[in-house]
Amino acid sequence: MERIYLDNNATTIVDPAVRDAMDPFYCHMYGNPNSLHSYGIEVRPYLHQAMEQLYAGIGARDEDDIIINSCATEGNNTVILGFYFTLLKDTRKKHIVTTQLEHPCIRESCRFLEQHGVKVTYLAPNLDGMITAQMVKEAITDQTALVSVMWANNETGLILPIKEISEVCKERGVYLHTDAVQAIGKVKVDLKDVHVDYMTFSAHKFHGPKGVGGLYIRNGVSLPPLLHGGEQMGGRRAGTVDVAGMVAIGKAMELANTHLAYQNTEVRRLRDKLEDALLKIDDILVVGKRELRTPNTVYVSIRGVEGEALIWDLNQNGIAASTGSACASESLEASPILTAIGADKELAHTGVRLSLSRFTTEQEIDFTIYTINKAVSRLRKLSTSY
Amino acid sequence: MAKSDLIGGDLWEQYSKKVAARMNNPLNFGELTEAEADELGGTLVIANEGAESCGDTVRLFWIVDIKTHIIKKATFKSFGCGTAIAATDMMAEMCIGKTVDEAAKINNLDVEHALRDEVDVAAVPPQKMHCSVMAYEVIKRATSIYRNVDISTLEEADIVCECARVSLQTVEDAIRINDLTTVEEISDYTKAGAFCKSCIQPGGHEKREHYLVDILARVRSEIEQERNPNKVQSDFTKLSVVKKIKAIEAALDEYIRPALARDGGGIELEDVTSGENDTIQVHLSYQGACKGCAGSVAGTLTFVEQTLQKEVSDKIRGVVV
Repeated sequence: MERIYLDNNATTIVDPAVRDAMDPFYCHMYGNPNSLHSYGIEVRPYLHQAMEQLYAGIGARDEDDIIINSCATEGNNTVILGFYFTLLKDTRKKHIVTTQLEHPCIRESCRFLEQHGVKVTYLAPNLDGMITAQMVKEAITDQTALVSVMWANNETGLILPIKEISEVCKERGVYLHTDAVQAIGKVKVDLKDVHVDYMTFSAHKFHGPKGVGGLYIRNGVSLPPLLHGGEQMGGRRAGTVDVAGMVAIGKAMELANTHLAYQNTEVRRLRDKLEDALLKIDDILVVGKRELRTPNTVYVSIRGVEGEALIWDLNQNGIAASTGSACASESLEASPILTAIGADKELAHTGVRLSLSRFTTEQEIDFTIYTINKAVSRLRKLSTSY
Repeated sequence: MAKSDLIGGDLWEQYSKKVAARMNNPLNFGELTEAEADELGGTLVIANEGAESCGDTVRLFWIVDIKTHIIKKATFKSFGCGTAIAATDMMAEMCIGKTVDEAAKINNLDVEHALRDEVDVAAVPPQKMHCSVMAYEVIKRATSIYRNVDISTLEEADIVCECARVSLQTVEDAIRINDLTTVEEISDYTKAGAFCKSCIQPGGHEKREHYLVDILARVRSEIEQERNPNKVQSDFTKLSVVKKIKAIEAALDEYIRPALARDGGGIELEDVTSGENDTIQVHLSYQGACKGCAGSVAGTLTFVEQTLQKEVSDKIRGVVV
């Protein structure tokens, strides 16, 4: 059976060009870049090149730092926990502002700090599923040290007003961290235009390999390392550099920007086609205004169709998607985004996310539309509530 | 944690073939009508269970022969995940041909067993066991409607773990008889908490009336109390000052004053105040031979303090006035 991958917000296929770029560093140029000899010497130009690609890719200035690490989860932990040691622990600044939309790695890091006397505000999204700059402004107190707000949401694809939020933070003298995992490669991320102090991302969300990520730190902003014990990354992250991974994230970043226009036209067109077709189904709800979302994501709630059951049916037909259905997770509590937009409680168990990529084809979308219609009618026939 | 727990995620690959087949093609879904009931010479029973907001709803249809009480036909509808659909489908099938009383005895474990491919391999992974609970509950509902009795008369008393159908009494007995001290031991002995884990502590998959952590704490403290009936212990710090004084006086009378009296000494309680870190400062003054005795400052005080800590509360700190 041919398979169709529409779960690109979870992870993506590695672009063959990225794999080609990383391949030589396994069996040919396998030196440790910290070595003095030729094996070390020969890999360093490739690392410099990767840095150039990354700095150009997010609009970082030469005086800023981009730390290569294992993933955005590591980067997010480095920022949140690092803040405890630089500011929260010993000064009167004891407050973090974040949102209920964040990835668990932010939420759980903050919860951990709460056990150590840090106060955390978790902003709830408004009826549109959004966090506004005004909400952030109102939450900041004179004790606030850090604001952490994601650039784009994984579930709905909603793009948060990070530029306005950055202006609020600058005005109030509060550091801003943003988890840009869902933004890179989908929307323009240019730090020359948006003033953030810390930004995190993962290569595998934009057609790079799993296990490599980046942490941007603005010049003049302090942050202790999470991993101690080496001079790599200027001493900000110890551990032998994953050369192939670093080359890969550089290449993936370059390609992400090369294909940004395509993302905005062709991927968007296919997403809209899928979304328009789904909207023809009765009693279906798409979360978030279309123009405010990343071009690849649609999050739908179909009345009477339980999320995991729909994912099962799609999988039987070779289509990969994901569900926010609480039935598939540890807790039956409704997703905060669905609660926030005022959806009926029952809809919390119906959310299904379809996320495209630049590798998604028109035929795939057509088959998906056909299959979802078939699955919805089967499951609604079974359903008590339709 | 162990090797098998480190790579998470597997869920669907643990379903039995029967579960998968019934998810894809449930055999008994649909509605039954009054007309069909008349045709079969039976009465129609329709029972609803669950709420969509909880993620699962099921509707069970029975046609029952009024004379024999035999269920002639059973179908269902369901809003739920695949496991819920498969379990409900199997449950409906198991009702057919049974009397209502026999059907009422079917529980979620019977349904799960019927869905197994091999007798000793579970049909669904542990975290999906609760999905079949609804299938069981709706039978109870249908039975109560058919018999026109309140459903509470059919429910088993205080089930702590729905997945493994373990009652509060069973959990309490297991703790007492085997002297269990951890939740893991309770799961090993009773299977309670071994599946969806909701009943272990608050914050799990669904809200429960009883949690194993609470039951364990309560029964353990009861056991401690029974073993040391004189001990006030755990809640001592929460007692009123008067009760604290009474408890200390009782211990002084029983354990300490007789010992001191043998040497011609005595002891009086002067005050009770709270100290740092939840400790209780017990202010004491010596009487008789103890007064001015060199040993009373160190040796006797240690004896008094340790006795009070053992018999009354480990939070007690002795202070000589």
